[in-house]
Amino acid sequence: MKKNLSISLRLTLVMIVLCAVVYPLVIAAVGKLTPGVGKGQTEKVNGKVVGYSNVGQKFTQDKYFWGRPSAADYNAAGSAGSNKGPSNPDYLQLVQDRINSFLVHNPGIRKEDIPAEMVTASGSGLDPHISPASAFIQVKRIAAARGLAEEKIKSLVDAHTEAPLAGVFGPSKINVLQLNIALDELK
Amino acid sequence: MKQHNKVSLFEPSLVNTAIRQSFVKLHPGLMIKNPVMFTVEIGTAVMLIVSLYQLITGDLSQGAAWYNWVIFSILLLTVLFANFAEALAEARGKAQAESLRKTREETPAKKITSDGKIDILSSSMLHLGDQFVCEAGDIIPMDGEITQGIATIDESAITGESAPVIREAGGDKSSVTGGTKVLSDRIVVKVTTQPGESFLDKMIALVEGASRQKTPNEIALTILLASFTLIFIIVCVTLKPFADYANTPITIAAFISLFVCLIPTTIGGLLSAIGIAGMDRALRANVIAKSGKAVETAGDVDVLLLDKTGTITIGNRKATHFYATETEDENEFIQKALLSSLSDDTPEGKSIVELAHAKGVNAQAAAGSQFVQFTAETRSSGVDTPDGNKIRKGAFDAIRQMAIQAGHTVSHTTEQKVKSIAENGGTPLVVAVNNKIKGVIELQDIIKPGIQERFQRLRKMGVKTVMVTGDNPLTAKYIAEKAGVDDFIAEAKPEDKMNYIKKEQNAGKLVAMMGDGTNDAPALAQADVGVAMNSGTQAAKEAGNMVDLDNDPTKLIEVVEIGKQLLITRGTLTTFSIANDVAKYFAIVPALFIAAIPALQSLNIMGLKSPESAILSAVIFNAIIIPMLIPLALKGVSYKPIGASALLRRNLLIYGLGGVIVPFIGIKLIDMLLGLFM
Amino acid sequence: MTGEITGVVFTFLLTLLLAYPLGKYIARVFSGEKSFMDLMNPAERFFFRVSGIDPKEPMNWKQFLKAMLTINMLWLVYAMLLLVFQDKLPLNPDGNGGQTPDLAFNTAISFLVNCNLQHYSGESGLTYFTQLFVITFLQFVSAATGIAALAGMLNGLKHKTTQNLGNFWNLFTRSITRILLPLCIIGAVLLAFNGTPTSFDGKDTITTLQGDSVQVSRGPAAGMIAIKHLGTNGGGWFGTNSAHPLENPNYFTNILEMVMQVVIPVALLFALGFYLNRRKLARVLFGIMTLGMLCLLIPTIMAEVGGNPAIEKMGITQATGAMEGKEVRFGPAASAYWSTVTTIISTGSVNSMHDSSMPVSGLMQLLGMMINAFYGGCGVGILNYLIYIIIAVFISGLMVGRTPEFMGHKVEAREVKIAALVTLLSAFLIKGFVALAAYMVAHHPEMAWAVKPGSWLNNPSYHGFSEMLYEYTSANANNGSGFEGLGDNNVFWNVTTGIVLLLARFIPIIGPVAIIGLLANKKFIPDSPGTLRIDSWTFGIMTFAVIIVINALSFFPALTLGPLAEYFSLY
Repeated sequence: MKKNLSISLRLTLVMIVLCAVVYPLVIAAVGKLTPGVGKGQTEKVNGKVVGYSNVGQKFTQDKYFWGRPSAADYNAAGSAGSNKGPSNPDYLQLVQDRINSFLVHNPGIRKEDIPAEMVTASGSGLDPHISPASAFIQVKRIAAARGLAEEKIKSLVDAHTEAPLAGVFGPSKINVLQLNIALDELK
Repeated sequence: MKQHNKVSLFEPSLVNTAIRQSFVKLHPGLMIKNPVMFTVEIGTAVMLIVSLYQLITGDLSQGAAWYNWVIFSILLLTVLFANFAEALAEARGKAQAESLRKTREETPAKKITSDGKIDILSSSMLHLGDQFVCEAGDIIPMDGEITQGIATIDESAITGESAPVIREAGGDKSSVTGGTKVLSDRIVVKVTTQPGESFLDKMIALVEGASRQKTPNEIALTILLASFTLIFIIVCVTLKPFADYANTPITIAAFISLFVCLIPTTIGGLLSAIGIAGMDRALRANVIAKSGKAVETAGDVDVLLLDKTGTITIGNRKATHFYATETEDENEFIQKALLSSLSDDTPEGKSIVELAHAKGVNAQAAAGSQFVQFTAETRSSGVDTPDGNKIRKGAFDAIRQMAIQAGHTVSHTTEQKVKSIAENGGTPLVVAVNNKIKGVIELQDIIKPGIQERFQRLRKMGVKTVMVTGDNPLTAKYIAEKAGVDDFIAEAKPEDKMNYIKKEQNAGKLVAMMGDGTNDAPALAQADVGVAMNSGTQAAKEAGNMVDLDNDPTKLIEVVEIGKQLLITRGTLTTFSIANDVAKYFAIVPALFIAAIPALQSLNIMGLKSPESAILSAVIFNAIIIPMLIPLALKGVSYKPIGASALLRRNLLIYGLGGVIVPFIGIKLIDMLLGLFM
Repeated sequence: MTGEITGVVFTFLLTLLLAYPLGKYIARVFSGEKSFMDLMNPAERFFFRVSGIDPKEPMNWKQFLKAMLTINMLWLVYAMLLLVFQDKLPLNPDGNGGQTPDLAFNTAISFLVNCNLQHYSGESGLTYFTQLFVITFLQFVSAATGIAALAGMLNGLKHKTTQNLGNFWNLFTRSITRILLPLCIIGAVLLAFNGTPTSFDGKDTITTLQGDSVQVSRGPAAGMIAIKHLGTNGGGWFGTNSAHPLENPNYFTNILEMVMQVVIPVALLFALGFYLNRRKLARVLFGIMTLGMLCLLIPTIMAEVGGNPAIEKMGITQATGAMEGKEVRFGPAASAYWSTVTTIISTGSVNSMHDSSMPVSGLMQLLGMMINAFYGGCGVGILNYLIYIIIAVFISGLMVGRTPEFMGHKVEAREVKIAALVTLLSAFLIKGFVALAAYMVAHHPEMAWAVKPGSWLNNPSYHGFSEMLYEYTSANANNGSGFEGLGDNNVFWNVTTGIVLLLARFIPIIGPVAIIGLLANKKFIPDSPGTLRIDSWTFGIMTFAVIIVINALSFFPALTLGPLAEYFSLY
């Protein structure tokens, strides 16, 4: 027992040094070589950081492509999903409200054309992406708000559509922040 | 052959006893030995209290009164059915034991007192070490060993075999059993057991269940079943707060019904019946097992040691050919061979005489012939005729030595013949006259018909058969191959058997053997399953853990199958019982919640009429499946030697899948029937 | 949608492709044979010398377990102290506070037992110091404990009759130095290059394109995310775990993380085959476990891809499936696959919010955790499966008329008792505590805890019930995922799940190791044609049936009131 305890103490110390000190430092050192130097990749407009490439942010203005509804209100210091169950009546009411609101802001859109992800909250509350369908459905509103031709915006959306991994695996998607930055540059 | 085999499964007298016993067994002190059924009894008691409480107070919060009474009655029936199964098994055992017990009734014993006089007293007054006398017509009062005399004895009382047997002092056939009858002569017998402790006494107690110990597998299974029961206790207890959360009131009757249906009552109710029936089947095969464990172990046996003589071959070797040497006349040689065997009492000697007669050669012993007995030194026997000829017959080695010493040569053809006979599994006996070799007699073993198939069956069970014989290795090998045994011990001495057993056991095998002689006792004790012949010595019977009343050496094979059957019956019924729960869940769980959660109607895949009839149908099915399976439990699930995986597949399909499907059909049918009344 | 399915198939095949050679390698590590990782020899020798360990010292099963339990209890005390006083310790750039004693109790146990149930949010509940010195450290050592326990069990089976299960310290240390650490470095570097942060900088504050001011949590996360998967731990650096875009930035990292969490459990199966020289057995185990996984996975994918019928009724097409709680970059199929593997493998990391899964998926997730042996956690998955095997061996042994044997040793009352006890424990812990919680909600909703029982549930009715059921099932399975809507950071949940975690970790390790220890002491019985071969497919199916029946019998009523009732009322 005593022997076990003494070994335990010393081995624990060894493992703390190995796993909690050496290992993270090695990774941190390697991280310096990565594109974001280990601090996370950022997007800049005019040299000023306007966001992290991978972290979604809130867009409510009609002139921007909107991201998905967020249970965390895009607070990147406290990610959260809604954790609403599929049969929860309050939740279903909320979805109904989102549909209604989306229809109000995007007149002329048929309800069945609204992609599901535009009325459901993401898992992290920070989802940086939407599907191409979700982008296209907003084109009309943005064109109107910005006074631009729909075709121009559509081709922008096309240009920003990220193909699946290796062209085959997973969904196609669009980074909303990058698309909106490009949209601002379109003027 | 065995008169007690004819007892039908539901013989009215047995059923009557069993029904009475089912009620006696309701005593909680007895029930607690069976944890599964004990919990059902508690549930029954609770239902009784609920029903009585309702009767007195008229409180209807626990459902309709008639409904509670019906549930109570069905639960009570469930317990009674389980008790009935056990009682019926016991009654059948008792019926067997009864016929044996008759022989244990008080018989007068002629005890020899210390001063040599004969004192007549009751058999129960005999003690270990006492000596008594039995004469023609006497019933032997007690198990014992003959110290003086020889007698023919009728053992039909215990074996059912009407042919009398011979028992004599000394040697391996000295043991007599109480209750058998002396037909001729007079013997003095020494008592070898205490009163009430003879084999039959022990066996009767075992069969009657009084001293039945649970076997290791049974204990393990009981633990498993108890833990399933515990799981279902948890399921049912936690259901209360779950139901509170879901705002569903659940009646006590529903709780108890769910619980009783889920716990493995089918196997729980039949478990002890299966065990008793296993002993009973052994007894039916005229084997007395000293414990249930012995029967179970028999099912696990990996290696069977079988004596060649009597098991693999019929009796003894027989002469089949005479081969004269090229210089001799055939008839002359046969005559000499015949002469040498005329007063040879051994079976071999007799068979030579028979064969010679069959060949048309006859001879009478001339007056003044001197017979020479076989001795270990000369390894030959024969006759010295008055005309001065010394005729000898014996093993080739011995005769050749004599011939060479006397200056004769041994012809090449003789050597060839001797060798070829040995290679073909025969035993060559060489005959010489005045040390000159005249010819060779071939003795052959006759292998029992059908024995190959039995060994084949054993091999498929995974049991290795080993032939034990005194023959030389060549002969042994030939017979082993011909009979299809896997291995043999040639020129076996008692210690060889012992060593072989130890060797196999060290390799992790379980070994069974059969024996009768005193010198078999150590090996019988060493073997995992030692079957002693009833005719064997007391020492052998003490050392083994089973006694075969028929003295039939092939009995080991049956014992192995009985052991396997016992395990299989338990395993399959456990599987069946647990598999039944699936359907019961589908009957009861929707019924419990359907009032509060109408969507659960989709789970009612059997389309049962109402929650009440669903629960009732499940409980009724649960109760009646017990008596329906009693025949299977008592007869045992048949064993097929088709390899372990195939057997598992087969039993899994029949009892596993069947166990899932049958209750769906059964419950639905009962529900339709109930629909006519409710 | 086909791209999503091929993505799942590809991920699974890639896992197998990597697991096979890894299994071969792990078998070499267990047997101490030469390998390219012998470059760790000097370091290991140094560790052993410093710690006073003789790596060759044999241990019987009791000594083995004593060593394991001693060091584990030490870690528990160490971790609790650090968590409570983390605000006084360095590396706290965000200025997060110390944990309350009940939360620290829960968190320390949770990571000690390889569960990683988190009743806090990583961004605010921990400091960088405790993320590394408690969380990352425990993620390594708890995984190594499981692997070492499995290695001990295999040692007991390797020899015909033996007392020696090997030296726990040696097996434990090598599991880290030769298996976990090298793989973690590879995984962490790949993550770092895909955008997962590695630096020690604190929260960043930015102004968004639209002009809002937002804080972004960061930290040296990549290393921790690698071990959280390779060690089947699952606890996230950020609150939303691998759904968080910094923790799991793209589809490639999603594949990487899914491979990382499955690869060691599957490799350990192959290692078993190589180490014991029973490849057929490994194949059968793998086949049955994969069958089990598919039975859980296929309905999940179908349900998630199919979308929420209640939303469909509103007139939304849901071409991309049920998206509540899911990320666009993963889609429903990869999220479904993740939710299946994370629950069967006891990782418990998530890339979508299980609370928002379809009822069928929730059912499958619960079943995966209740069974907890389809691949299962690092080392412990096979230990859990052993319990099912023992019960299957026993019942089928009887069915073929032979006293049951497992790998040449008779299974008798004592082994059955232990196996039954371990089986019983799951039912008891899960149902017992769910009943207690349901009782509190139904009868004492106003109890004065940090979160009142009346406000525990984020969803009403059946789904609320599922939240409670999920929490204890996850704790019992040492899984760590949750229906996270549950208000679980209060004394009741912290303490009760803590108790469940502790019991459900160590008893299912002690039980199987004891069984093997007892069996290994028994005489070895060679196979004969009458022996039931446990490496046959027939026996595999038998074990599968035992798994299904035991779990169905234990949990059917609870599942009926939760996901099944929700399913039937939704469709």
